[in-house]
Amino acid sequence: MDWTWFHRFGSPPHFYRIAGTLIPWFAWLAALCGLAGLIGGLGLAPPDYQQGDGYRIIYVHVPAAVLSTMAYAAMATAAGVGLIWRMNVAHAVAASCAAIGASFTFLALVTGSLWGRPMWGTYWEWDPRLTSELVMLFLYLGYMGLRGAIDDTARADRASAVLALVGVINLPIIHYSVDWWNSLHQGHTLLKFAKPSMPPSMLVPLLLLMLGFVLYFAAIVLVRARGEVLRRERNARWIAELLGAPS
Amino acid sequence: MKVPSAAVVSPGKAGWRLVQRDLRLGFRRPGEWLQPLVFFLVVTTLFPLATSPELSRLRDMAPGALWVAALLSSLLALELLFREDGQDGTLEQLAVSGLPLPWLLLAKTCVHWLLTGLPLVLAGPLVATALGAPYASIPGVFAALLLGSSALSLIGAVGAALTLGLRRGGVLLALLVLPLAVPVLIFGARATSLAMAQDPMTAPMYLLGAIAVLSATLAPLAAAAAVRISLE
Amino acid sequence: MMQWLAMGGYWMYVWPSYLLTFLVLVLNVGFAQRSAQRARQEALRRTQSAAAQQGRS
Repeated sequence: MDWTWFHRFGSPPHFYRIAGTLIPWFAWLAALCGLAGLIGGLGLAPPDYQQGDGYRIIYVHVPAAVLSTMAYAAMATAAGVGLIWRMNVAHAVAASCAAIGASFTFLALVTGSLWGRPMWGTYWEWDPRLTSELVMLFLYLGYMGLRGAIDDTARADRASAVLALVGVINLPIIHYSVDWWNSLHQGHTLLKFAKPSMPPSMLVPLLLLMLGFVLYFAAIVLVRARGEVLRRERNARWIAELLGAPS
Repeated sequence: MKVPSAAVVSPGKAGWRLVQRDLRLGFRRPGEWLQPLVFFLVVTTLFPLATSPELSRLRDMAPGALWVAALLSSLLALELLFREDGQDGTLEQLAVSGLPLPWLLLAKTCVHWLLTGLPLVLAGPLVATALGAPYASIPGVFAALLLGSSALSLIGAVGAALTLGLRRGGVLLALLVLPLAVPVLIFGARATSLAMAQDPMTAPMYLLGAIAVLSATLAPLAAAAAVRISLE
Repeated sequence: MMQWLAMGGYWMYVWPSYLLTFLVLVLNVGFAQRSAQRARQEALRRTQSAAAQQGRS
């Protein structure tokens, strides 16, 4: 297989340019999906038989939760690539995932808590899924703390990459916690393709919002990553050319 | 640039010599290594002082108190693992020696556990009885602490390697290690409470064992990578 | 309209969730753009000083 595309991505000026063209596309598509999903979720979808209109929190809670784990996976993957192939662009991407990933994790926890209060009767429960999601928030904070504590960017990149990879073990725990333990949290509903438990009128807005969140995540990461790539670049030529300064 | 292997000693022998060296150095300054134990005893004493001396209530929170104190004590002890050798260049010598660094770090972590973890394992059951645990539960508490403290030392070694030489690294070390140590805390406390209730504790013990084995095999690898990164 | 806002009695939980989400999304856009802009300015400053040094030497 031809791997030139992979190494081309690793070239900072290439990445900078490609990311620049992709960002507006991702941003606008994210807004579109988000709007469509919101209209469907808040307006068109019928109230739930058991939870009434309260279930509509699902439309922000589930995308946030899914993205929180997806962001960590992306961060760990980028960190791994950066560590193995010594690619600055990969490290830049990993660094860009942290803040947004932590935000989504926080959002998932808070919206879940607000949903839990009317439905389960409690704002918080120390059950496996909630606890492991909270642990992931701490992992994100630790990652950002480690980066902040190391002044040398190269050492910060590589040390935080090791940390991100070590923390990957939390991801299967989060995902399978509802299987392995008696959890208060809802079991798998979305990944059962054979027989989805939600009617289309409720499911479609959810899928739209998830897609919107993914596109939003991609846009944010690319915006940050462009800056991070600039911070790691020594070769002034392409920067001066691209940013239009007299060189 | 990779230094050509100058090792004339087998890894096994080198590991053993490292263990002997670290033990000898550790015994030269026993005060340092006893501090985590003292901290453990003090912290567990705080619980009955802060809540209630009533034995039945203490018994309820004994597993949690025991394991939180053990976790915090092991965090404190982690400072000692790489500090000296990192500062005086021994760690760097180990890294370029041509010997497998994960193996050497495993040896160092074992000695560190002997000096800081083992005292906790021995003191733990006594503390548990002071908090209301029945005498029959002592073997169970001992076993759970044995597995849990080993895992904590190993996991902590990764954090210590990542924060090597950083100013105010102690707080950051806690922030990094605590999330990774949560499963040990959960299963250890569960095993202890089952032991105290005289119920079978096989399930959490299996999980603790699995975590201990997993850390013993993977943590040295991660720690070695982290040490090399920190020394660059 | 009032019925929709009431969300079947769950408005206390639904609307704060949505508002918080919106806030988080907006803040992240702001912070990301600010970080990228700062990086651009620093990079420009670096290349300009490097070019000046080259011109001098």
